Amino acid sequence: MWLAFIFKFSNYHIFKLPLLTTYKTNTMSSTTTLTEVHWFFACKTDDVPLNGGVCVKYKEEQIALFHFSRREEWYATQNMCPHKHQMALSRGMIGTQNGEPKVACPFHKKTFSLEDGRCLSDEAECSLKTYPVKIEEDRVYIGFYGGFDKLSVANV
Amino acid sequence: MVGYKFCEKLVAKFEPGTYSLTVFGEEPRPAYDRVHLSEFFSGKSADDLLMAPANWYADNNIILHTGDPVKEINREQKTILSHKGLTIEYDYLVLATGSAAFVPPIPGVDKKGVFLYRTIEDLEMMTAHASKVKRGAVIGGGLLGLEAAKAMIDLGVTDTHVIEFAPRLMPRQIDDSGSKILQSKLETLGLTIFTNKNTSSITGDESITGMQFSDGTSIDVDMLVISAGIKPRDELAKAAGLETGPRGGIVVNEKMQTTDETIFAIGECALFNGMIYGLVAPGYEMADVVVATLSAAEKAFAGFDMSTKLKLIGVDVASFGDPFVPAADCRTVVFEDTMKGVYKRINISTDGKYLLGGVLIGDAAAYNMLLQTTKNKVALPENPEDILLGSRGGDAPQGAGVAGLPADAVICSCEGITKGAICSAVEAGNETLDSIKKCTKAATCCGGCAPMVKDIITYTLKSQGKYIRNVVCEHFNYSRQELYDLIRIKKIKSYDDVLDELGHGDGCEVCKPVVASILASLWNEMILVKGNDTAQDSNDRYLANIQKGGTYSVVPRIPGGEITPEKLIVIGEVAKKYNLYTKITGGQRIDLFGAHVSDLPAIWEELIAAGFESGHAYGKALRTVKSCVGSTWCRFGLHDSVSFAIQIEERYRGLRAPHKIKSAVSGCIRECAEAQSKDFGIIATERGWNLYVGGNGGSKPQHAILLAADLDSETCIKYIDRFLMFYIKTADPLTRTATWLNKLEGGMDYLRNVVINDSLVINAELEAEMQSLVDNYKCEWKEVVDNPELRKRFNHFVNAPEEKDPSIQFEGMRDQKKAAGW
Repeated sequence: MWLAFIFKFSNYHIFKLPLLTTYKTNTMSSTTTLTEVHWFFACKTDDVPLNGGVCVKYKEEQIALFHFSRREEWYATQNMCPHKHQMALSRGMIGTQNGEPKVACPFHKKTFSLEDGRCLSDEAECSLKTYPVKIEEDRVYIGFYGGFDKLSVANV
Repeated sequence: MVGYKFCEKLVAKFEPGTYSLTVFGEEPRPAYDRVHLSEFFSGKSADDLLMAPANWYADNNIILHTGDPVKEINREQKTILSHKGLTIEYDYLVLATGSAAFVPPIPGVDKKGVFLYRTIEDLEMMTAHASKVKRGAVIGGGLLGLEAAKAMIDLGVTDTHVIEFAPRLMPRQIDDSGSKILQSKLETLGLTIFTNKNTSSITGDESITGMQFSDGTSIDVDMLVISAGIKPRDELAKAAGLETGPRGGIVVNEKMQTTDETIFAIGECALFNGMIYGLVAPGYEMADVVVATLSAAEKAFAGFDMSTKLKLIGVDVASFGDPFVPAADCRTVVFEDTMKGVYKRINISTDGKYLLGGVLIGDAAAYNMLLQTTKNKVALPENPEDILLGSRGGDAPQGAGVAGLPADAVICSCEGITKGAICSAVEAGNETLDSIKKCTKAATCCGGCAPMVKDIITYTLKSQGKYIRNVVCEHFNYSRQELYDLIRIKKIKSYDDVLDELGHGDGCEVCKPVVASILASLWNEMILVKGNDTAQDSNDRYLANIQKGGTYSVVPRIPGGEITPEKLIVIGEVAKKYNLYTKITGGQRIDLFGAHVSDLPAIWEELIAAGFESGHAYGKALRTVKSCVGSTWCRFGLHDSVSFAIQIEERYRGLRAPHKIKSAVSGCIRECAEAQSKDFGIIATERGWNLYVGGNGGSKPQHAILLAADLDSETCIKYIDRFLMFYIKTADPLTRTATWLNKLEGGMDYLRNVVINDSLVINAELEAEMQSLVDNYKCEWKEVVDNPELRKRFNHFVNAPEEKDPSIQFEGMRDQKKAAGW
């Protein structure tokens, strides 16, 4: 489970950095650890439509990246909707439900929380994998876990 | 239950510390809900059925002794002696000893496998035994007997018999004809029913194996439940020298006092005016009378209405008022439908003014209303049968309805809650059924009055002038129509500004397309600018229809279905070049499937260069105007339907609306274009055009209705302008014209008055608004093709724009391709 809290630094923002990163030890700085975040440059901020999403290619994966500009927030999730396995979430409409940011799949309008990825419209539906996002100047980075980015943090 | 109710009412009435209350109960657990006893079988636990948890008694300073019945009353000393040897003094004693099952003196009733249907213990024993047997029987075709039979079926006793001594089922509640209908319904559910059957003995050695009847017949059964009526528990009262009835029951007066004025009896053990009241509601009323008497208030028990409604094995059964008025004293209306198993009878006073009572089998939806009409002597409509059958033809049914009830009409008879009490609770701000239940207790016991309570809530809200609105979603406290008007008056052009000025929060997938559609209907600007792109539904955002696998389909506009060979060739060439599946649509166009999102601008660039434009197949907008070939070729054609269809399609192309709009023009009454199945359809006549509106196909097909006949082309278009604009301004989101027209108050007459007679004096405005939309039309695909910024959005990967989605897969089929299944 991601804990949603936001660090604000002077020149960049990290959105939704998971609590697990605090377990990283300095002694292992030269090797990749389970919990080390690898920041992948996705695109420029203005490549992403305001209050909308784009699809980012990362190795063989597809990541949906959202700029919720009304809330000054960035989110990243898997692009595949778990319902019918369609690569479409980045084309979905985003919004809120009781203040919680969410995305609606364009195919059948299943909605998922952008904060923790759980399905809001159907309890039985699988959750989305979510990723931290970092903005430096006009550059957008998505955080992955070195060597273990196929695992969701909840499973680790 | 009645004993518990007495405690509850006493606690509510008296200050704590002014009294002490001790409760003795025979059963091992506190009072539980016997009305819903059968739910024990559908998974409710004994604890679920408790009227209140054991600690409720302690919390209210009530001393509770369970499993310890009172053995003796000493009226001289005013003490009682319990089974466990406790002696307690009393000032007042209340007997709520209830009743026991009546066991007829049949030889063999003591055999194994014979049960009563009365307590949780009975049910537990039944459950244990039923698992071993397949054949069972119930003696007693009354209410409880039938419930017991249902319980046996649920326990897996598939072959269950009901044995009734009387000539019909439920002899106390319903009449002969009603019983017959009930019987045949129950038989279809798998019960075998015998009436006029007297059991002479129960056979078997140790355990029951069969039943012998007095008519010489017999059946084999392994289990028997006896539910042959009740016997009031009056033995304690009798031993104390209190007067009891010849057939049981403790005699009480209107204050529920026995022959000793310090001893009261309530519930099923009390005999009032020679009658035992075997229902829970009169028992509660009796408890109320005792509490009132103890607090020196004046309250008397005056008998009780024994109307009941229940669902027996899925069949509604109800009787109300006096179901058995002798024929000389009333007139009856009977409705009987043996096909559906419905029987309804109402007894009406001989002057035809009032309802006296009745019976409902199979469909008891009208029970509450009929009961209230009876109890409150509400005057009947001119044709009393209307209240049973609903009025046939003409105006809506008159009279009966919650509005017609007086304030003192008792709505919840279990708890004795009046309409007035519910109305005041609503006025005090309790506007949902749940909050009404909490603050008035109405609908908390049997729940039968819940629909009526809901009606009263709605009625009260309406009479308070509260407008029950159909708001868009949590971000806008407005209906679509209100939003449309506000956005028009404030001249707002973008979704974000609408949200800032009229809504709150950050929007969602419900309000975004609604507002985006309103903006398009009002201003007809390019939908992908001013930040409105991400407020569009996905199809509108990519100006194409998303299909299985994530590819899109492309539909160029082919007005009226007319196309040149050159244009056909272009479509073919584009389809070949981009590897698209082609199919003729239902609207006389050609759909090209399987386009990658990144190919869409290039595909359209080629189509536009050949003279095509967007077909808006992706939008809630005008789709197509279908036509037959008309008078130019057809030997029957009266007018040139193709030319008129093209004129209409070009006029309304790109028009966005609450839902999609389809149209057609037929050249004669043979109607080859199927215009009467469209949102608006036009059919040529000898003298001009007939204009039909409000039709649609889809899941609930509906024919369009004639709006006006024999119009010239110009008037026809004027009427269509007004009709479409009026629809766009007033319909709820995602409502087709047919549904909109069905819901429109006054229906077609009203619409005709607006569109033709200008009854609202808005036609000039409607026409001007439509003309401005027509003048503002631009092909949105042309705008995308010509705008590099917009084109950039049509890529799958933001960081690899030249790459296509590798997950998209196709399979071959009949020389073309199809999307791989999901």
